[in-house]
Amino acid sequence: MSLAAAGGRRAGGLKASRVVIYSLLAVFAVIYLTPLFVMLVTSFKTMPEIQDGNMLDLPRAPTLAPWARAWGEACVGLTCAGIKGYFWNSIKMVVPAVAISTALGALNGYVLTKWRFKGHTLVFGLMLFACFIPFQSVLLPMATILGNFGRFGGSLENTIGTSLGFGNATENLVFVHVVYGLGFTTLFFRNYYEAFPTELVRAAMVDGAGFFQIFRRILLPNSLPIIVVTVIYQFTNIWNDFLFASAYAGTGDAMPMTVALNNVVNTSTGVVEYNVNMAAAMIAALPTLLVYVVAGRYFVRGLMAGAVKG
Amino acid sequence: MAFLEIKNLQKRFGPVEILKGIDIDLDRGGFLVLVGPSGCGKSTLLNTIAGLETISGGEIHIDGHMVNDLHPSKRDIAMVFQSYALYPNMTVKGNIAFGMEMRGVPKAEREKAIASVAKTLQIGHLLDRKPSQLSGGQRQRVAMGRALVRNPRVFLFDEPLSNLDAKLRVDMRTEIKRLHAATGKTIVYVTHDQIEAMTLATKIAVLKDGEVQQVGTPSEIYNHPANLFVADFMGSPAMNLIEAEAAEENGRTVLKLTRGGQGDVTLAAPATLTVSPLAAGRSIILGIRPEAITDREGADRNSRALEMVDGLVDVVEPAGSDTFVVTQLGGKAITARMRSDTVVKPGATFPFAFNLDKAVVFDPGTGRRL
Repeated sequence: MSLAAAGGRRAGGLKASRVVIYSLLAVFAVIYLTPLFVMLVTSFKTMPEIQDGNMLDLPRAPTLAPWARAWGEACVGLTCAGIKGYFWNSIKMVVPAVAISTALGALNGYVLTKWRFKGHTLVFGLMLFACFIPFQSVLLPMATILGNFGRFGGSLENTIGTSLGFGNATENLVFVHVVYGLGFTTLFFRNYYEAFPTELVRAAMVDGAGFFQIFRRILLPNSLPIIVVTVIYQFTNIWNDFLFASAYAGTGDAMPMTVALNNVVNTSTGVVEYNVNMAAAMIAALPTLLVYVVAGRYFVRGLMAGAVKG
Repeated sequence: MAFLEIKNLQKRFGPVEILKGIDIDLDRGGFLVLVGPSGCGKSTLLNTIAGLETISGGEIHIDGHMVNDLHPSKRDIAMVFQSYALYPNMTVKGNIAFGMEMRGVPKAEREKAIASVAKTLQIGHLLDRKPSQLSGGQRQRVAMGRALVRNPRVFLFDEPLSNLDAKLRVDMRTEIKRLHAATGKTIVYVTHDQIEAMTLATKIAVLKDGEVQQVGTPSEIYNHPANLFVADFMGSPAMNLIEAEAAEENGRTVLKLTRGGQGDVTLAAPATLTVSPLAAGRSIILGIRPEAITDREGADRNSRALEMVDGLVDVVEPAGSDTFVVTQLGGKAITARMRSDTVVKPGATFPFAFNLDKAVVFDPGTGRRL
């Protein structure tokens, strides 16, 4: 406040306040980026170099060996086949979970704005409430439900020869994330469609389009910004989730990346391989980074659009 | 039996009555304009005809079939929206074709219909553009093309010209009129612009507060308004509504008007009066359009009831084609419409010619025409 006020009085003051502001920002940026920097440089160093040198030094002889080791040889618990399998586990879980929760959110938003029914505000209020439920409080009830799924899958297996995926750990996680994400995706799409011109929907009705035709041909093609926002949000959240992943797929073949990373770091074979751990962590972070880089432009635009119109 | 029949149509939102028993019918090929101030229910009425809003009571018939419970797409109507409602993700061609596509019209037939409509509306060169690349007038044409291409039984227009600038609006108005004459289609058109209503309609329904005030041809509405609201709403500048008192003089009914400080004016009762004789001493409101008050030379030569009244000229407003002259009569400012070359100075006394053939009389209590 005082800085800004002083800056307003004379040009010299303005300059001084700018210097202060920018140096403060620079300090915070350094504090924020230093761990990332350390991770990156460490992941390209050899173990002797890490043990001898300074944490902040650039690698003397950059090597990709820690990355290769993290990907293909690092030990997770008793198996030493790297994190690649778990990386694919995460992909197999995240892609369907994001796709389904986004699609359902869009459909919910469409119904809640363009096909309103009695009590639609209550339904939306309840869905909004879902955004505020703490994760921990649903852990045990959800475990019970997933246990029932498992038993149902087992009996299906016995009667028709296939469990249809019931009880499968990956599919359990997809289910959990879809249910949990629905509140957010519905919120995003509802606010976006609230500002979507109803006359377009009416025109399509007069033109003879049905419920799903209007959704598919009119709403969805004009929803790119909010789809991108939702996908980024859901992808980041589900990919980074550790609690549900460790609770419902903490052991076994379906273990997602986040849990595996934790296990890599915790698995001790004598020496702590910092370079491999850092490389594994970087690999675990890459997909979300990639999503932001590719679609971040839309993310900001979409959030703005919601903020102004919603 | 009329082509479009609306019988005792009611629409309620909870306790709020939007439409209070509307009765209108329209012959095949007619052009019905629903006009009224905002909030009068005219757009709601149009939406109920389209089927976009449900109704709480009454019946809607199109071509002899009751359509009350039919989905909009099954009513064989097409609608042009105020915002045009062009699908932003589709090209002009896609927009026009969408309705046919949804109805499963074969591609070859669609192409033929699009080509024909594009020719009629001169939008052939725009077919591959997106709506965002079009000007307001072009969007308007595309919206009409989308309606036209389906060849429906009834066209519905919801304030289609209100988003255009003044000049374009006049051009498109002419175009719509020409289109109606060329296709002979039945049209229901909503507007709040009384000039649009007068120029386009074969039949006008004036609405206020969810009730029909009057239904009639433009000439009936303009010359014989059913009540004060219609008289005041239709016409620009508005009809002069002057308080007066009925009296008897030499065995005939006359109207006495107060004239600021210059003694009363006595006018013969207009021939349009349907209640005769008026009780002496009864207060009435005399309605007379600006163009029925002129200078002596500009007066209608065929008029059978021309009365000269001297008045003090208050304001002179030259409008180019006409000159509007304001004077005080009956305690109100009265506008007269003179030829543009009339010599008249503010502050001078001027002889006004009142053409009482064109005057009407209202009851101040009920507002109805007498």
